[in-house]
Amino acid sequence: MQRITSVILRRYIPAAFARGLIIPILAVFTAIVVGSIFMMINNYDPLAAYGGMLDGALGSKRAIARTILNSVPFVFGGLSVAFAFKGGLFNIGGEGQLFMGAVAAAWIGVTALGIPPWLHVFLSLLAGCIAGAIWGGIPGALKAFTGAHEVITTIMFNFIGIVFAGWLVSKGGEGQKQGPLVDPDPMNIVPRTAEIAESARLPLLEWGREPMHLGIILALVAAALIWWLVWKTPFGFGLRMLGLNPSAARYSGVSVVRNTVITMAVAGGLAGLAGTVETLGRNYYFAPNFNVGYGFDSIAIALLGRNHPIGVVLSALLFGVMDAGSTRMQLNAHVPSEIIKVVQALILAFVAANEIIRYIYRLRAEGEEEEVVLSTGWGKR
Amino acid sequence: MDSSLVLIAVLRSTLRQSTPITLGALSGLFCERVGVINIAIEGMMLTAAYMGYMTNVLTGNLILSVIVAVLSGGLMALLHAWLSIHFKVVQIISGTVINILAVGLTGYFYQPGAVTKGKLQSVTVPVLSDIPIIGDVFFNNGPLTYLAVALVFVVNVVLFRTRWGLRMRAVGEHPSAADTLGINVISTRYINVVIGGMLAGLAGAYLTLEAVGSFERLMTNGRGFISLAAMIFGKWTPLGGWAAALLFGAANAVQTQIQFSGNVTIPHQFIGMLPYVLTVIVLAGFVGRARPPAAIGRPYEPE
Amino acid sequence: MSPSNISPTSQASKLVLETQGITKRFPGVLANDRVDLTLRRGEILALLGENGAGKSTLMNVVYGLYQADSGEVFVKGSPVRLQNPRDAISLGVGMVHQHFQLVPVMTVAENVILGAEVTRTGGLINHRAAAKQVADLSRRYGLEVDPTATVEDLPVGIQQRVEIIKALYRHADVLILDEPTAVLTPHESQELFQIMRGLTSQGVSIIFITHKLKEVLAVADRIMVMRAGRMVGETMPDESTEKSLASMMVGRDVLLQVEKMPANPEKTVLSVDGLVCLDDRKHRVLNGVSFEVRSGEILGIAGVQGNGQTELVEVLTGLRFAAGGTFQFDGKSFRKSNPRRINEAGAGHIPENRQRYGMVLSYTVAENMILNRYYDAPFTRTMMLDQTAIETYASALVEEFDVRTPSIHTPSGSLSGGNQQKLVVAREVGRKLRLLVAAQPTRGLDVGSIEFIHRRIVDERDAGVAVLLVSSELDEILFLADRIAVMYKGKIIATVAADQATRDELGLLMAGITT
Repeated sequence: MQRITSVILRRYIPAAFARGLIIPILAVFTAIVVGSIFMMINNYDPLAAYGGMLDGALGSKRAIARTILNSVPFVFGGLSVAFAFKGGLFNIGGEGQLFMGAVAAAWIGVTALGIPPWLHVFLSLLAGCIAGAIWGGIPGALKAFTGAHEVITTIMFNFIGIVFAGWLVSKGGEGQKQGPLVDPDPMNIVPRTAEIAESARLPLLEWGREPMHLGIILALVAAALIWWLVWKTPFGFGLRMLGLNPSAARYSGVSVVRNTVITMAVAGGLAGLAGTVETLGRNYYFAPNFNVGYGFDSIAIALLGRNHPIGVVLSALLFGVMDAGSTRMQLNAHVPSEIIKVVQALILAFVAANEIIRYIYRLRAEGEEEEVVLSTGWGKR
Repeated sequence: MDSSLVLIAVLRSTLRQSTPITLGALSGLFCERVGVINIAIEGMMLTAAYMGYMTNVLTGNLILSVIVAVLSGGLMALLHAWLSIHFKVVQIISGTVINILAVGLTGYFYQPGAVTKGKLQSVTVPVLSDIPIIGDVFFNNGPLTYLAVALVFVVNVVLFRTRWGLRMRAVGEHPSAADTLGINVISTRYINVVIGGMLAGLAGAYLTLEAVGSFERLMTNGRGFISLAAMIFGKWTPLGGWAAALLFGAANAVQTQIQFSGNVTIPHQFIGMLPYVLTVIVLAGFVGRARPPAAIGRPYEPE
Repeated sequence: MSPSNISPTSQASKLVLETQGITKRFPGVLANDRVDLTLRRGEILALLGENGAGKSTLMNVVYGLYQADSGEVFVKGSPVRLQNPRDAISLGVGMVHQHFQLVPVMTVAENVILGAEVTRTGGLINHRAAAKQVADLSRRYGLEVDPTATVEDLPVGIQQRVEIIKALYRHADVLILDEPTAVLTPHESQELFQIMRGLTSQGVSIIFITHKLKEVLAVADRIMVMRAGRMVGETMPDESTEKSLASMMVGRDVLLQVEKMPANPEKTVLSVDGLVCLDDRKHRVLNGVSFEVRSGEILGIAGVQGNGQTELVEVLTGLRFAAGGTFQFDGKSFRKSNPRRINEAGAGHIPENRQRYGMVLSYTVAENMILNRYYDAPFTRTMMLDQTAIETYASALVEEFDVRTPSIHTPSGSLSGGNQQKLVVAREVGRKLRLLVAAQPTRGLDVGSIEFIHRRIVDERDAGVAVLLVSSELDEILFLADRIAVMYKGKIIATVAADQATRDELGLLMAGITT
């Protein structure tokens, strides 16, 4: 069985392409198998479960539309982590950046500006992107100027951002004022913003009768732009150099300070866009209770996608499928949807520790692999 | 409300809130002092909280429940160690694996509506508990609260006064020096990471077996990350970590108090943010320099 | 076993350590090829060889850090299996590594007892007893050191003593010193030699690893020479000269000097005035350095490694800020500059450590050829890298500088050291320069590459470039430089014309002795 899979993969897929795909595919496959074992322990039927998942995610035009929409924030998040990673930085701050982007987009979105819709949408998108960029850029600047490690500062900024966004839409009470962005309608007892103006909503695409907003196009454009930026421009040349050999980058005149700030700001802007697109395209308001664990999912997506935009789009789609299909899976096979998290954790583990996969499938080690030097340690030395 | 009652309430709440953070900080300390970053305290805590709770549901034996919780924290840590030490996976990624896995496993196996059989009861220290205010706050607590405080001092002695502590620190600062003196870097790291996981497990046990008495999905609610912050804020020392945990606990207690007291105008969220902001400030070196163990984050490669 | 139990006279000829047929292979390298070594009681054995000859590998086998693929180690006559350093330590073998294995934030006493702690019941460390034992050892062997000092605050020479005490504390009677003088000043080296003699008089046997011939003749009782993984000879100091040792060690004709015409210096290109600079630990490593380099001449900076040369180069190339003083390049001041500005002004830099600074190993040869100029025309046009321009340029340089590579798309990490260095040299001198800073340009290279690179450096000079050559190889300096400045403790203590300088005179100067 193991032999056969590897033989098939080796024989029928072009070598160079397969080298990039073989580990991720086997990692996903193995994680799904291990997930089935978990299901069988609890007497669930894995085939029914995964069947339900596929049905729920891809079974109808409507399901496919939902899957694609679910994938949109994952694409942005995966790109955010992958981009930072290329520059030798670790962005765990996706969640905070997403919150800040979402609340900023909602702020511009609810404000009636009396401007044409395309401009209102654009300004709202820009606001979300900038808010995320600031939320990523500050840890970047702290790293560049003081050496404070971005992993811990982005984790801290997650909490600061989430609490701050929560305050913006808090209801107040007991002597506490309500937050400045909370829905002024007293009938609304939920802490959230008002609905954004029609003019700030992302235009819907024509795709049968299914709702499908512009976000997916934006995500694909972002992926293409990141690819161009990293592999085709001098900025990307310097960025990758910084990730691969910081000393050589310094020798070559790449400004470590400037690049660290820019890289983290771009990464933050991407994650901010994830929240923005959700707000402007789907929810139409901001409430401080969405997308728990988004930052960690983004890490898994980036890694599964080998930090390449195409890989990120593909793995974001996979996560979108899992996300969209989990409800149907729970309905059809009564499997708690959290099994998806277990499978995702296993995928990440197998991709990261790919020796496990190599061992199971008796694959030979690949040749020279690019290895990014991540700075280690928490503070300046 | 009577101001001394408010004070007692805030202090009691401070101690309660700080206990899991104290244990979490000690957990992080054990890992980081040997050079392994642990952002998975959260996941280890959550797993242990669940396992302790389920053991309680099934057996009703609280001591056994605590033991199971501690061991399950250790087991998750063993996975972290295996991935990051044996496979040399970037430690932050293997920590992420643990965190996602913990959310998935505890959510998957969670049975809503299971009934527990009690929780750990407060133990009142005779005589000392009669002291006004202090007695109420410090000498009328659950056993794990006392244990956490005791562990702070035990770990302090272990780290700075014993053979094991010396070797631990050497492995975290300069693993190849330790190696050339015949200290096994790999096994030292494994052992300490697992101990770290067991301490996180104790924090999880505190949540479900002493503080709340039941389990909910995602109930650790970021405490593992605050623990990490407390450890850094405390500059990688047990006493410092404890002090930071108390400070963070106090911020939380005050925040809760403000929400219900009705005469404070500072938004309570701003006080809730304080621990995170302070940690960033310390890390950036704006107040004093935090100096992490030199070999942190690096897998050991013998020459 | 304690060293004092051994009578050095009655058993002087007895072997305390012996290796037979040690072979150790690393991927792509045969580091040790059937190596036999003997060490007699109470002697100083010099193990001589070039960098990469396999000395350190052999010693790591003897110390249990590596396991040999085949061959045997005998300690005091019996065959032993050394699985890890603990085994070696328990047999009385101690080793002082080239890179000190000391924990910087711990005290001297803590470092000494680590792994063999003095404890009370319950595993508590007895700090007072530890300090006393360290003090006793240092008194007995004349190794003065404060047990309570924190290691990172101590000078290098004292840190080395701590390393020796560490070994003696573990009752070592065989002591391996791996390149102990590389980081020492000549004065400190003399002190070390005295300590070594003191140790052998108390029965300790020492293996002294080095590639410095003078030291071997000065201190060794017996000499064994390694070359390319093999033991190639054994001799006694009084039967050898530096020349005979050199030819054993190198095994080839001594390097040919490239032919060069007398220099034709013109106007000053680089002028350095009172440069002061601190290292990463805030110690003053440049202490008022002043010199000039003129167009069409090579100024060689000679000196023992670690006297500030590295930092000097870093300041001049923009990698490190000067804390004081100035330097002017073509009349413009660059004291607080960055590498790019200096590079754009026409300065090339062959860095001391080519793999760390000089290239990105996973970048292709073509990419490394434009590593510090990628952002500029013709390689970047309208915000995009121009692949065609890059490839054309790289192919031309690969051709001209004879970089042996399967293709310009090969990752430079898979080239040999010599070809990697040619790549760096090609990039740096393959364009019009005003100044070339070459730091250790031929370290660790084969003869062919060395001659090629020497030739190019002289060619640059003849084309009117001002060349600053920094090298710890005195021969290289003597071959290439037109003027020689000697650096000692962060200062230029003398500058002499190359044709009037003698080796002996320079050697004295490098030791800080000015007449």
